[in-house]
This record gives sequence, structure tokens and C-alpha cells, in this order.
Amino acid sequence: MLRYLAKRFLLILPTIFVPLIMVFLLLRLAPGDPAGMMLGDQATADQLAALRAELGLDQPLPVQFLLWLKGIFTLDLGNSIFFREPVMEVIPRYAGVTILLTLVALTLAIVIGVVMGVISALNRNNPVDRGVVTSAVLGISLPEFWFALLLIFLFSVTLRWFPVSGWTPPSAGLIAFGASIFLPALALGIRQSALMTRMMRSSMLDVMDEPYITTARAQGLPERKVIGSYAMRTASIPVLTVAGLAAGYMLGGAVAIEIVFALPGLGRMLVEAVARRDYPLVEGGVLTISLVLAVLNLVIDLLYAVLDPRIRYQ
Amino acid sequence: MTAADTQAEAREAIRAPRAPSFLQRFVRNPTAVLSFALLVAFALMAIFAPLIAPGDPMRVNPVVRFTPPGAEYFFGTDNLGRDVFRIVVHGSRTTLLVGLVVTVISMGLATILGLLSGFYRAVDVILMRFVDGLMAFPGIVLATAAAGFLGPAISTVIISLTIVLISPSLRVVRGQVLVVREAQMIEAARATGVPTGRIFRRYILPAVMSPILVQASFIFSAAVLGEAALSFIGVGIGPTDISWGNALTEARNYISQAPWIVIFPGLALMLTILALNLLGDSLRDLLDPRLARRR
Amino acid sequence: MSPLDMTAAPGAGTETKVVLEAENLGVALPIDGKYVPITTDVSFSVRRGEAVALVGESGCGKSMTASAIMGLPPRGAKVTGRLRINGRDVLDLSPKRRRALCGSEIGFIFQEPMTALHPTLRIGRQMTDTLCHNLGLSRSAAMTRAAELLDLVGIPRPKDILKGYVHQLSGGMRQRVMIALALSCDPSLVIADEPTTALDVTIQAQVLDLMEKMRREFDVAMLFITHDLEVVGDFCDRAVVMYAGDVVETATAAEVTRAPHHPYTRGLIDAVPGTGLERLVPIGGSVPQIGAWPEGCRFAPRCSRATEKCAIRPPLEGAPMPDVRCWHPLTEERT
Repeated sequence: MLRYLAKRFLLILPTIFVPLIMVFLLLRLAPGDPAGMMLGDQATADQLAALRAELGLDQPLPVQFLLWLKGIFTLDLGNSIFFREPVMEVIPRYAGVTILLTLVALTLAIVIGVVMGVISALNRNNPVDRGVVTSAVLGISLPEFWFALLLIFLFSVTLRWFPVSGWTPPSAGLIAFGASIFLPALALGIRQSALMTRMMRSSMLDVMDEPYITTARAQGLPERKVIGSYAMRTASIPVLTVAGLAAGYMLGGAVAIEIVFALPGLGRMLVEAVARRDYPLVEGGVLTISLVLAVLNLVIDLLYAVLDPRIRYQ
Repeated sequence: MTAADTQAEAREAIRAPRAPSFLQRFVRNPTAVLSFALLVAFALMAIFAPLIAPGDPMRVNPVVRFTPPGAEYFFGTDNLGRDVFRIVVHGSRTTLLVGLVVTVISMGLATILGLLSGFYRAVDVILMRFVDGLMAFPGIVLATAAAGFLGPAISTVIISLTIVLISPSLRVVRGQVLVVREAQMIEAARATGVPTGRIFRRYILPAVMSPILVQASFIFSAAVLGEAALSFIGVGIGPTDISWGNALTEARNYISQAPWIVIFPGLALMLTILALNLLGDSLRDLLDPRLARRR
Repeated sequence: MSPLDMTAAPGAGTETKVVLEAENLGVALPIDGKYVPITTDVSFSVRRGEAVALVGESGCGKSMTASAIMGLPPRGAKVTGRLRINGRDVLDLSPKRRRALCGSEIGFIFQEPMTALHPTLRIGRQMTDTLCHNLGLSRSAAMTRAAELLDLVGIPRPKDILKGYVHQLSGGMRQRVMIALALSCDPSLVIADEPTTALDVTIQAQVLDLMEKMRREFDVAMLFITHDLEVVGDFCDRAVVMYAGDVVETATAAEVTRAPHHPYTRGLIDAVPGTGLERLVPIGGSVPQIGAWPEGCRFAPRCSRATEKCAIRPPLEGAPMPDVRCWHPLTEERT
């Protein structure tokens, strides 16, 4: 079990480091002087030199890389230029919102995907099925941020069921939290739920033809149990395998969603840091998103092994 | 049997799956025709934008601000009195241009790298680790960071989306190459001394064409969505350029007063993405029946 | 003479209860919007404690007949004729009441236990689900009963096996679990669809012996679907031979394997190594396509004895010989 975990973790390492290396190289190889861009036109030569030294930009590239790696492993990500405090202290203020948003959206997407996929498969080729398949195609083509605006227009502006925007943490009460996160999570999850619906439908159609489903029926189990317990258990495994990928897309989509709903999350922080040329914070944000993704993938892997005993911990 | 015979046979065998009746089958597939027609319509709209909606789309006319859709302004006007119809028509140019360029560059690079990766083990190991890392990571975040360093411009959007979208295509091409290279005709061609370059051009490339074509539709769709998202969050094309994503950035502040500013650019965006996705789906069904999902 | 009045198999009294009775059972499947018959006029019966083989080549409709008896035919299938289980007409039952017969009155043993047992549910869960639902046992009582059943079919350490999954078992063990599952709710009929085909030859004999033992212990009627005439001769009392969706001959297992009357059965035997002739004689021609059966005798195009009369379809009863659907049955003994 521990060895399995270690091996999964090794496989996840590229997920963490490749994006970071890309960002590292982009920053160093982009035209112009990062220090100059960060400080703006009024900066004095002394200020520039000081910032270059702080960022290690006066060192040769390989040395910079090693320093940067050391910073990651010692969890010293430097200081945010805008906030004038360590990146490690700024990030946690924003990470929670994004993580919660992604988790709720992922849950919504899986639940919607599994339920719709099963309904569709059980109604194979009749109007219900066609309706679900058509909506899934539409859903996959729906830009999240536009859908978010439509949701706001319909549910917040017209019907006034939910707040237009803003963040209520879970500590302020679950109902208020739920009301503030439902629309953002729905907007963020809709495309993935459509993809999962398609996947669940075809996987369910495959599973319903499996001999063990016939066995369950031949044992006299009622159809409700055959579908709900025997068929769905195996049919949802492929949906789980894409959950990691879906979580990745969602962390990306969260950038736009956080802006639309004015949520104080990592995505919005990142865009603002980019606008303020706060590069240490940008790197810190990318690293955090990588780590969140890595942990989520690890959890999904473990769930996968629990759901499918054929997977060995090797 | 001579080398030429083997070669001719191998070529025949590789090309066989690409049935000659592809065009006929395409025409008989309503989804394919409809989505293709929709794309052609959007392309024509982009090309003839100045004729369809003459005038400067950025022209401000505060007197008529927030005019609802009607006979004079089909899609209404925005907070500065700009014609939303004109913005939608002209915005298609950026969207399709970015989509097309990103698709061509990323598919081209993915094909070259995929062929190399499928054939040379050493390249494969390094490239695939890299691709694994990029695949899972949200492209928008990476593109946001890149746009931050490179500054908002069309070129920035193209570069960052290309970097992000190479990975999935590279995987598709590599997977197909790995399947094809094991095929007997390739081994026969190699055994009879056909040079590697020729094997690539004559045998492998035609065999990977179908998946590349299918993948290109989906990449195009992802690029269109990506451009819109980047522009929407303000790290895409410059603020003075027109695109559907850009149009939505400001529009979102006026959704309660003038929902049409939000609805029409988004609808155009969704229809474009929908057409590309449907085209990709039907191409896959037509080109590779094994991959076709059950209907 | 109806199939019910057949000479009883050795060891079973004539007055023994008839468990399964099929009369002109037919299954039709919708293909391109039209119903195409897969089987027609399948008539036979099985009594308590008796093992009856349903024999034929693949595609003859024997598995379709089995699924129709289970009440689990493919989607959209139309089942006609009469089917009585323990004297009750079951074709008119509601789907729910029909399902209730499964497990409790009819047990089913599949060909491929690897795919017929759930891949991600524990063996114990699958067995107790069945026991709880059909017999109303509590989960723990069902677990105890499941362990007893596994012990009965010769599985060592049954408690450990109950905690395991199907992929952890060997082929023979899997089929033993399948047998235990089929017998778990004490059914009066067990249908076994090619239960040994997927197994190694050495395991085949063990599993067949086990089924024989279980048949006696549980005193069940057993319907054996097979293409293997050796199995028919060794383990069955009677045999029902099917060809192209039809029953062509019904007789005792000994008769069918040693002195068949239908030319098709003869052909089957001649095509099996080690039986009948020294030299293998394949049957000429091939099984007609479903939906493209000849008008008269369906075997006539491949039959050396066919005459003009064979353009008329021979009945199972009323042709020259009872229980043989042939105008020109074989009468001489050949060994």
C-alpha cells in the first residue's frame, strides 16, 4: 500500500514540475527585464538591482534554476511584490476558496453525469435518451463563463434565488455557503458533467450487456437493485478515471468563474498578480494549483483502487 | 515478390481504411453536413465582415446606449452605444483566426513530435513525461501566466494556446504511430530496405491522417474556447481588439440592464464550438467506426 | 404420444413431478423492424431429479431457449407457445412475478464464470444478496448459509473465499461458486449453459461430477445445454436434439448417443472423435442462416436421405417414428 502510494506519487511529479519549469523559463526568457517590468518606470537603478538580487536574476540561468528548486523544497517562495509579505502567507488566504469550489463542482459534475448517463442508457434510443444526448453535446460546447453569466441573469437577477456574487465561507453557516457556491460550482461543472454523462451512458450500455448482470437477474434480484447496485458499481469506474482530468480543467475554469462571481480564489489572485507583474506570487499560484491537482489525483487513484479490487497496489 | 510489389501492397493496405467513399458518406451524414455548413457560414461571416456589418465596430454612440435588439440594431447596443451585431460579426475574425492558427501550428508540431516519439524510444520517454505533466495541468492557468509575461496580444494568445494544446494531440498521434509501426506492411517495407524518411511519408503519415483530422476539430474547438476565456479574463488579446470573449468582459457588468450584450456574443461562441465538436464527432464516426460511440 | 409420456429415465419413476414443460416454445427477435424467428416449436419436458440435455451446434437456438425459460431473453424478443414451471404457466406473468421465479425456482449456471460473477463485488456479497432477497434471510444468516453452500460444492476455507473476488479464484473454483450460487435458494430446476466449455479438460470432469452429485443431493431437475455428446452420454438421462431452431429428436441419452434416429443426430455423432465410426465424417453443407430456413424439413438440404417428401415439414409427433422430426428416420443399429 505504501509502495503503491510512493509509486503513484512519483508518477504525479511531472504534473507538479513541468508547469513550474514552463513558468520559470517563460519568466526568464521573455523579452525585457522582469525586474524593470515589476517595478515600473519610476524605479531607481538601486531598486532594480536590489530586486534582481532578491529574485536571483543576476545569477546565470542554471544557478537560478537550482536556487528556485531549493526555494520550492524549503517552501520559501519569496515575497509578493504587491503584498510585501511572503508568498507562503498570501496563498493560503486564496487557496481554500478555489479548492472548495473545485471539489463542489467535481461532485456536482460526477453526480449529474452518473445520474443522466444512467437515465439515458436505460432509455436507450427513445426520446428521453435523445434529449439527454443532445443536451450533453450542447453542454460540452458551453463556455463556462458565459453559462455563469446566464445563470446569474436567470437565478440571481430575475428569480433572485441566489446572491449575484460574493463569497460566504462554510464557517458562516452551511446554507449561506451553499447558496454562494451553488451557481459558481454548477457553471464550473457543467461541461465536465456533460462529458461524464456521455461516458457514463456508453459505459452503462456496455455493462448492461455483461454476463454478470444477467447472473444478477437470474438470481432473482429486482431490476432496481441490478441497476443501482450491480451495474452502476462497475459502470461508474471509467467516470472516476477521468475525474482527475476533469479536476484539472476545473482548476483552470475556476479563473474565469471566480472573476464572474467575485470569489476571492487562487484564479482571480493569479490574474491580478499577472496584471501587477507580481511574479513570485504568480509562481507560487502555479505551484499551489499543481499541488492541489497532485493531491486530488492521488485521492482519486486511491478511490479507484477501492472501487475496483482488480487494481492491485503494486 | 519484389520490393515494389510489397510496397504497392502495403500502401494499398494502409490506405484501405480510408475508404474512397468518405466524401459520399460525409454528405449522407446530416450532423456532419450541418456542422460543416455552420462553420462555413461563420468563415464567410469573418471574411465578409465589413460587407455584412459595415462601419467601425468600436464606434461609440452614447445616445443610443442600451438599445434593445430591434430593426435598427439587430442585437441591440451596449453600454457605450456600440452595435452588438457589428461586434459579433467582426469578432468572428479574431476568434477564427486564432483558432485556425493555433490548430495548424499545434497539430503540425504534434504530428512531427508524435511521429518522432512513436519511432524513437529515447525521444518518447522524455516527451511523454513532459506531456503527462502538461496534460493534467489546467491550460488556462499556464496561458494566463504566459500572457502575463508576454503581454496581452494576439500573438501571446496564439503562443500560449499552442503550448497548451500540443500535448493532447501529441498523445493521439503517438498512439496511432505505435499501432501502425507494428503493422506487417511497415515491417515488410523496412525489411525490403525502404528508407526511413520514405516510410514516414508513404506509410505512417497517411495512416495517422484520420485521427489527426478528428483531433484537429477538437483542438480548433478548444482554441476558440481558450481564446475567448483568456480574453474574457483580460489576459488575452489587447483591450482594443474585438473578440467575443473581450465583448463579454465588459458586458457582464450590465447583465441586469441589457442581457443582450451578454447573450449574443456568447451564443455565437457556443455555436462555433458546437459546430466544431459535432464535426469532430461525426468525423470520428465516419473515419474510425471502431471508435464510434453507440448511438 | 406427447413428450410427457416419454419413457422415464433410469432411476426416476414415471409418476415423478414434471418441473419444466415447454410446448411449441418460440422466440423471435426484432431485426430491422421485423420479427425473425430464432426458435420455433420447441417442445420438451424435464422432471424432478432428471438431467436432460439440450444438444445442438452453435446457432441452433439452444441458448435462446434457455434464456426464454429463464425469462431473460434479449431486449425486444417475442416469446410464443407455452411454458410451464412446476405446473404454472409463466409466459403471462408480470415481469416482476416472472423475476421472482429466478433464483428461487430456477437456478442458472453460466458458461464463463469469470464474466458471469461480478468483478468488483465480493463473492459473499453476491451470494448473500441472493439469499437475503429470495429467502428473506438476515445478512449474517445468509453468510452462514453461503459458507455451508461453498463447503458443499467442495471449496476449501469457504469463509475466506466469501471475502474474496472472482479474479482471485481458479477457473474450477469459479464454476463451483457459480454452482453454489445457482443452488443457493433450493430451486427445483437448474439450467446449465455449457458449464464446462470454458474449463480445462481435467477440471471439466470434476465439475461434471460435482453437478451430478448436487443433482442427487438437491433432487433438482437439470437442463444441460451442451454441444458435447460425450457429456450427454455420461451425465444425462435424456437428450433433446435441436437443429435450426427446432427440436428434431427427443430420446434417452443412450439412444441419442448410440442409436439415433434422426439423420442430423447421426451426423453429429459421426463428427465427434471417438464415437461411432472410426473415421470422422463432417456433416456436409452448413447450418442455414436464421430467417432463411428451408420451407420443409430444415435439415433436408444437408441430408443424404432427403426425398421429395422432405419439402413438407415433418412434425415431431406423427412422422414415422415418435419424437423424431423426420420422414425417413434411421432404424438400423450402428455401432
